[in-house]
Amino acid sequence: MTEVHVEPRANKIDDYAGLLGSAEIAELRALASRLEGRTVQMVNSTSVGGGVAEMLNRIVPLMEELNLSIRWDVITGGDDFFAITKAFHNALHGGRYDLPDESFKTFLAYSEQNRARLRFDSDFIVIHDPQPAALIESRANHRGHWVWRCHIDLSQPDLRVWDFLSPFVDRYDAAIFSSPAFARQLPISQYLFYPSIDPLSDKNREVEPDLIAEILRRYQIDPQRPILTQISRFDRLKDPIGVVRAYQIVKRYFDCQLVLAGGGAADDPEGEAVLAEVREAAGKDADIHILDLPPWSALEINALQRASTIIIQKSLREGFGLTVTEGLWKKKPVVAAAVGGIPAQVIHKHTGLLAHSIEGTAYQIRFLLSNPAIAQRLGELGHEHVREHFLITSNVRRYLTLFLHFQKEQ
Amino acid sequence: MKANKPFQFVTASYLVRIGNQESVSLIELQHGIEGCSDASIFYHTFQSLGRHHFLTEGFSNDFAEWVFSACNRPALAEQLASLDIRDYVSLADLRGDLRRIVGDYCHSNPREAQQAAFEPFYFCETVEEEVPLGFEAWTLEEFRDGLKRLGHASVQFHFITSRLRLHLRSNDFSQWLAKELELKELGRRVDQIDVYTNTLDSIRTRMIELIEREPVQ
Repeated sequence: MTEVHVEPRANKIDDYAGLLGSAEIAELRALASRLEGRTVQMVNSTSVGGGVAEMLNRIVPLMEELNLSIRWDVITGGDDFFAITKAFHNALHGGRYDLPDESFKTFLAYSEQNRARLRFDSDFIVIHDPQPAALIESRANHRGHWVWRCHIDLSQPDLRVWDFLSPFVDRYDAAIFSSPAFARQLPISQYLFYPSIDPLSDKNREVEPDLIAEILRRYQIDPQRPILTQISRFDRLKDPIGVVRAYQIVKRYFDCQLVLAGGGAADDPEGEAVLAEVREAAGKDADIHILDLPPWSALEINALQRASTIIIQKSLREGFGLTVTEGLWKKKPVVAAAVGGIPAQVIHKHTGLLAHSIEGTAYQIRFLLSNPAIAQRLGELGHEHVREHFLITSNVRRYLTLFLHFQKEQ
Repeated sequence: MKANKPFQFVTASYLVRIGNQESVSLIELQHGIEGCSDASIFYHTFQSLGRHHFLTEGFSNDFAEWVFSACNRPALAEQLASLDIRDYVSLADLRGDLRRIVGDYCHSNPREAQQAAFEPFYFCETVEEEVPLGFEAWTLEEFRDGLKRLGHASVQFHFITSRLRLHLRSNDFSQWLAKELELKELGRRVDQIDVYTNTLDSIRTRMIELIEREPVQ
């Protein structure tokens, strides 16, 4: 078991006051003051890479700054353990689980090792995702509150894996999901915590116009003509071909450009195949820009989103869809599919437009290009929606509230 | 003038508990409204307005929004949206009207009532945690200064959800102004501020403007 020591943040909690108002920060402090002296423990499976580690790297120091005593532990395991948990992950997302029954024993053996190494003495213990879920076995001698934070969509799991995991989950005090659509019927309380973005990160902070201009030049994108952008890895579930088709319909009416930017093609054979299909669908259209970006492209993505006229997210299936959150935060009008967590963000005709088909997507884009004032208004309201619900500070507030709730019940 | 009892500024923080109940058609929505908890009716109406306070054009409650965007039934959505939470001091009455409107529609349109929506309606409910902000007001001036320090959740707590707590067609601010400072007219004007066409920020700004127009006491 490894305890993670997070580097002190460059951004302090008061830096968020410029975006949220000082009253909101004062309220966070008021909530936290009621938890003074209480201890919190976060446990997950990695300290680097992936959305959970990224989120914990931001939340842990913010909670420390609010005077909570918080510790972040990472479980350890061999390659065989992580091969099994990767297979769990895919199976819980609806894929098939092909590993033998022996794999469940291996999973539990590693869990035992981690239990032996880990100290469970905090008031509130938050276990993230399935990998450390069986650590709940340690709660017998522990007075604290145990919460299982599930970051994945459990709506259609492979039942072999779920039937194995659910007896562990049932023993927690509560579970947290990112959307009501991702939850399951459980005998414990389930809470809704939306995922969040950090408005001060490279992906989302304000960037200088010169940098935006330079990045557009680098990719030969014309700033004078409308730019339609979908940011997502090259994955069939993100329907990049559908985006190309929608663009081709729009192109009959508007002299626009399409940017499809994302990663995942370099280290994923399927991503590579999808990228090839997208290139084929794009043909020789010089106004379609297909950008396979490396993982360290946060500023480039930020600049591309800010340069865009409209952000598209035409996924066939989606988790929460943080690229939508990022687009909304940048005050961009968003046209997106009504799947996964997207309808929670895009309230149709209020904070963006929803579509259910290629033709519908094209129609909504044409509508926005014809009505820039409406597009601007949707973008502004989308920004407010994110400010209110999907920023890292909202996430901190939800955790504080949950801990206060447990404290009151005790 | 100094109040006998100070105004205690409080913030509330809300958890959203996911219910084990969902509806995929209008008829199921009707059953859901009948069977869900009071905390769920509160979440999808009073709380929804606070959560979407920045939408000042045509957003009313989660039921109306779902009927419009997931069921494509604008006439029913309009009827549901026309319910004004300021008219209700009990969730039972609000539930009764929601049930009646959806039930009447399903009765008159049995085919539409059975049609599957684009996406389910998930019943959730609110868990509220109140926390005093640590400051209070004894005078109108202190009250105005306190308002300036309030975040959205506090304004929502004192101005919108207070109606259910008080069981009155009023709010914490108006009640205190009328009772403790004998400023009934100011309290009435504060209560008249429209929660549907104002954001929580503009509600607070309007209140401060009204207070600053008051003659010095």
